Amino acid sequence: MSLWRKLACGILALVLGAALAANWLAPAGYAKQYREATDSSPSRTHWLGTDEIGRDRFARLLYGTRISLLLAPAAALLSTLMAALIGGLAGYLGGIWARMAMAVTDLFMSLPWLFLLITARALMPLNVSPVVSVLVTFMLLGLLGWTTAARVLCTTAGSLRTSDFIRQARAAGLPKQRLFWMHVVPNLKPVLYAQFWISIPVFILAEANLGILGLGVAEPLPSWGSLLKELEGLVSVGEEPWKFVPLILLVVVVTSFQLLLSRQEEVAA
Amino acid sequence: MNNHEQNSERLANPCGKVIAVAVLCLGFLLGQAGAQGGGELRFCLRNEPKTFDPLKVEDDASAAIRYLTGGVLVRVNRQTQELEPELALSWKVSKDGRQISFRLRSGVSFSDGTAFSAEDVAYTVQQLMDPALHSATGDAFRSGTGSVETKVISPAQVSIRFPAPVAGLDRLFDQVAILSEHSPKKEMAVLGPFMVADYKPGSTVLLQRNPYYWKTDEQGRKLPYLDSIELDIQPNRDVEMLRFKRGELDLINSLDSEYFDKLAATSPQLVHDAGPSLDSEQLWFNEVAKAPIPSYKKNWFRSVSFRRAISEAINRDDLSRIVFHGHAQPAMGPFSPANKFWFNSKLKPQAYDPDAALKALQTDGFRMENGTLKDKDGNEVVFSIITNAGNKARERMAVLIQDDLQKIGIHVNVVTLDFPSLIERMTQTFDYEAIILGLTNVDLDPNGEMNVWLSSSENHQWNPQEKTPETSWEAEIDRLMRAQASSSDAKQRKEAFDRVQEIVVEQEPFIFLINKNALSAVSTTVHGAAPVILSPQTFWNAERLTVSK
Repeated sequence: MSLWRKLACGILALVLGAALAANWLAPAGYAKQYREATDSSPSRTHWLGTDEIGRDRFARLLYGTRISLLLAPAAALLSTLMAALIGGLAGYLGGIWARMAMAVTDLFMSLPWLFLLITARALMPLNVSPVVSVLVTFMLLGLLGWTTAARVLCTTAGSLRTSDFIRQARAAGLPKQRLFWMHVVPNLKPVLYAQFWISIPVFILAEANLGILGLGVAEPLPSWGSLLKELEGLVSVGEEPWKFVPLILLVVVVTSFQLLLSRQEEVAA
Repeated sequence: MNNHEQNSERLANPCGKVIAVAVLCLGFLLGQAGAQGGGELRFCLRNEPKTFDPLKVEDDASAAIRYLTGGVLVRVNRQTQELEPELALSWKVSKDGRQISFRLRSGVSFSDGTAFSAEDVAYTVQQLMDPALHSATGDAFRSGTGSVETKVISPAQVSIRFPAPVAGLDRLFDQVAILSEHSPKKEMAVLGPFMVADYKPGSTVLLQRNPYYWKTDEQGRKLPYLDSIELDIQPNRDVEMLRFKRGELDLINSLDSEYFDKLAATSPQLVHDAGPSLDSEQLWFNEVAKAPIPSYKKNWFRSVSFRRAISEAINRDDLSRIVFHGHAQPAMGPFSPANKFWFNSKLKPQAYDPDAALKALQTDGFRMENGTLKDKDGNEVVFSIITNAGNKARERMAVLIQDDLQKIGIHVNVVTLDFPSLIERMTQTFDYEAIILGLTNVDLDPNGEMNVWLSSSENHQWNPQEKTPETSWEAEIDRLMRAQASSSDAKQRKEAFDRVQEIVVEQEPFIFLINKNALSAVSTTVHGAAPVILSPQTFWNAERLTVSK
């Protein structure tokens, strides 16, 4: 493992550890409002200052990281499994199945997802707790984010189907199910890993975008998206640099995932 | 091409001598006017103007252009809130409130030189009241069925008779820009201080001084002082602020409190807080009988003691101090104290008292169990508040209210929706529990809010289009609103509307939260600016502004 990958692993472990230990590390709950100290600069009490309604930014960053960093992999897992099921199976079966799967994938990819997400949020019941809303948001992202991965898996499974070793196994009389589980799935694993790691930063950014649009995680729960909303309207970078911490953290985490991904890509190769 | 080149071309045309003389005269007038050297004022419109026809105005951008270009018979002075003569030297409203007669100023011309007379006033009113035009300005005059009769008594006298009494009739003419009946330029011929000279869709509207404008200052100098006004179409407020800071804009007509404070920190001489405006922000519960929400929740929302307890548990001082950085005042009722005549001065702000609120709820059968409030049937008191996504102030108010109500055991879910979805829920499906939205008041007269307070109205938001008033207090409001609308006695009208305000505060169908202050920014290069609370806050006296560069 290269130094960069070790560093990436270390950073991700540190960030995840801090997020999981938010209850102990944070000076207050994420919703606690210090109404006499709104929009304050960093201090001993509030390391990253307070937001516009007096909530401790450091506490919100820790809890927001917990939400984004735990639910984005969950959404990535969901989308990768769907991609494996639809793309992998269709590619292995080939013929009309592959064509049908690709047609459905094309249809999904051509839909204006942003508007559909806005519509979906508008159709959802209003009286859902913030925890449910965050789960629904990431589930929606997971359910909608399988298409690109499905294409890759369909093509990979298709090429496996016509590969020499599969033909030989088939000629040797190996049953179809055993052939799939023993020879196809293990060869798809590296691609599945790669797709899983690619999806995580994509979903983190997607939630951040939804948060900026006012969708996604509901108040008072924090997420990286809602924390990044603070940067809206910031006129100069030097004015309040501590407000950039969530953005810096997002960049560091996404970059760390990319460094880990390189490792997975090597395995896939 | 300058004026001289234009004139030379016209002179070369043997058939155009008469036109050439007119153009030379116009050039002379423009030259004279140009000699005043008032400079060019630049500011932003937040949206594309939808029309230049003053009778069809519905949006803010078009209203701003109408204000700067339109000549009106009477004008509400934005500073004193008093009605002042403009194109009308005097006017008289009949005792029954159905007729108004104007004596007009003579020797006035439209921006293309066409003479102004009583015929133009009659023509404008007929156009305005044409049902096919669907004029929002005209709707304010529609008090009964039947046609409007206009009578030109002489070139300088006209009377207008309406089928039914129109309350506050004379003040309504503040919004009616007079059109020319005979000008070939139609609505582009104007009587106001400026005229539209150029329009680049999506980019700018250029207004130039109207060379035929009739008004002069105390020293006899022709108004307006400014040579031109450049209106840049710019919806992005960040960009507007940056351009103002760079000196590319001379004023920002309406500022958010956040931007106001940022600008005040570096350049306090540029910002102006004119005090509470007419605009209010309010919360209301869904009281529609057929709304698809549980019946026990409908019972809470329709209970006045529940609504009053919620109101009492909201810390309005914090809303004003935190969300609006102190540039707002806790609201006292439907009208802001900024409305000098119509505000009921007996009203006081609702005191913040969560303990009293909880006690009142407990008297009403609610009980606290492990930090959660439950009604007498054991239902947890949980409801959602929706507001429009992207409106930071409303989102923050909702989160503060969420925290305030948590203190009395009420769980609030804050949901931000895109505006069309919110409006659909509010007006069609009624699938919501509570809403935070604002009311923008441009009209000082309560008649402008008839569509909110009458129970049969579509905009009676908490329970629209009631066939008959569902509560006795709504019936009383209906009666009082109709009584004030049909009376021409200002005192009687005031008494009736004072009572309406008291009923609204007692019943709290709207829980009024705050009245925002009128905030603006004006560059030091602009002279003569005196920002006020009434729209247009900064350029209400545009004809007397000058810009030095």
